[in-house]
Amino acid sequence: MAMLDFEKKYRVRGGTLLGGDLFDFWVGPFYVGFFGVVGAFFTILGTVLIIYGAAIGPTWNLWQINIAPPDLSYGLALAPMAEGGLWQIITICAIGSFGCWALREVEISRKLGMGLHVPFAFSVAIFAYVSLVVIRPVLMGAWGHGFPYGIMSHLDWVSNVGYQYLHFHYNPAHMIAVSFFFTTSLALALHGALVLSATNPGKGKAVKTAEHENAFFRDAIGYSIGPLGIHRLGLFLALAAVFFSAVCIVISGPFWTAGWPEWWTWWLDLPVWGKGYELG
Amino acid sequence: MRYGLIALIPFGIVLAIFAILKFEHPPIDSTQLGFRGTGIVQVDNPRTEAALAKLNQPPESYGPTEPGGPLASEVYENVRVLGHLTEDEFLSYMASITEWVSPEQGCGYCHNEENLAEEGLYTKTVSRRMMQMTQTINADWGAHVGGAGVNCYTCHRGQNVPAYYFVEDDLQPEAGGFSASRNNQNFAADENVYSSLPYDALDKQLTQDDVLIRVQSDNALPYFGEDLVPIQDAETTYSLMMSMSQGLGVNCTYCHNTRAFSNWEQSHPARLVAWHGIEMAQHLNAEYLAPLASELPEHRLGPKGDAPKAKCATCHQGIPKPMYGADMVSDHPKALTQRAE
Repeated sequence: MAMLDFEKKYRVRGGTLLGGDLFDFWVGPFYVGFFGVVGAFFTILGTVLIIYGAAIGPTWNLWQINIAPPDLSYGLALAPMAEGGLWQIITICAIGSFGCWALREVEISRKLGMGLHVPFAFSVAIFAYVSLVVIRPVLMGAWGHGFPYGIMSHLDWVSNVGYQYLHFHYNPAHMIAVSFFFTTSLALALHGALVLSATNPGKGKAVKTAEHENAFFRDAIGYSIGPLGIHRLGLFLALAAVFFSAVCIVISGPFWTAGWPEWWTWWLDLPVWGKGYELG
Repeated sequence: MRYGLIALIPFGIVLAIFAILKFEHPPIDSTQLGFRGTGIVQVDNPRTEAALAKLNQPPESYGPTEPGGPLASEVYENVRVLGHLTEDEFLSYMASITEWVSPEQGCGYCHNEENLAEEGLYTKTVSRRMMQMTQTINADWGAHVGGAGVNCYTCHRGQNVPAYYFVEDDLQPEAGGFSASRNNQNFAADENVYSSLPYDALDKQLTQDDVLIRVQSDNALPYFGEDLVPIQDAETTYSLMMSMSQGLGVNCTYCHNTRAFSNWEQSHPARLVAWHGIEMAQHLNAEYLAPLASELPEHRLGPKGDAPKAKCATCHQGIPKPMYGADMVSDHPKALTQRAE
């Protein structure tokens, strides 16, 4: 990959969190750093273990390869390799490599003197993964509550875990998360369309500026959030969607064991209704 | 406008407190029912389970009666369904029934105590029919009740009327004419376990023999052929399943692998027992319970005049096996499992 001639200017020494100058180098276009080395170790080990798991499993069908967590009977202990131990080590590798990737982003941000918004955003995704395979299993007392690593198998897990609570669409945090996902798409679509409309006014006409963009939304809805604000909003919406997704699965089991529709009986039980509902 | 919105904050806080108080907390119990990692797991709250365990203890057992002696039909008049018992067995069974069903009212709940053989009280007619029903369950429905069997206490628990039953509800009168019909949906009730599903699923699917409740399509494409099952039927079946889950205190994965609800090969064996349970409930309601409407006084009937009928919760009362599978028939084997000649 060719480097643009001015890029060298940004390839400055320092800003590392660990390892000082030792790993402060680039391989082609990629910054390495201490976390690049450690992250590569976890990534390669984890991937090799997944391939090993597939090799000792019943199929090489890419859709059906399944690295499942241990039986619930192992609780929070280690399991034999072929009976969920692989899943446990792969989980450690995954968290290690995701964490290293985030910390490598921190080092790059520090080199460039930027804020840490990118690693922060990525950390929320890591948090969602950790919620599924660490926080919720620990709260429920067994690693076996984690999701299996496999294309079809993890979808089957999602289906069954949803039906553990009869009707998952009644999960209040799931409702909030879904609303945020839709709103994220709406905001991104409006933002993308607005920028493209300003920069593509038609052949021979002058490209429009941020003032036109602001004027459009002021005319349409009486308010424009502005060119910086839309990115703050976008980051908030996207992170809120992921955060509430993590909440919605962590509360399913540790903090609610019945069907989600039944959770809403707090509303029916409010001491303000005259008559009609008798729960029991 | 701005201050109006601020005034809403306290209301929001109050609602949030009610909502947050509804949650449970760890530690929780979980039981794996399928291959590891499939999510086929029953999740329970141990505090709730402990409370249920107290409520679901079998009645005290006095052991079986000594054999021998004259038959009840020879000693007493007007013994119609228990004539094949010996006098001792008959008296022991009558004493147990009193304890199970009318411990406060005693024999007089069903009998004229001046003349026990006399007909006249509706409770006597009903209890005779219930004895026949119990015999049918234990004799013919082994596929569902297994070796444990049932007796009066399985449902009654010391009360005249079992705590859990269903009648046709009139929760949501409709305007009629050209106004929209809501298909009995979007109305939180016990019957649909507070969901938007129709609340009349039990009336539709549990009151007649041989009502097919299976709605899974075996066709990936929209289908409008002769045996089309409308989506409303699927909603009804899901509502019945919700009621079943509630009655047994289990989630959908207790019986199903939800990646293929209809597939028996991937289902837990419990689904077979449950299937017989649905068949049994349909039969008992059609044959024994619904026809009692003509015998029962008005205050025992539903708002639409039908008799109380059995759903899963009637026996199960929140746990997968009534009384955790305790033996309910050994004290009175002849009375509970054999019909009179």
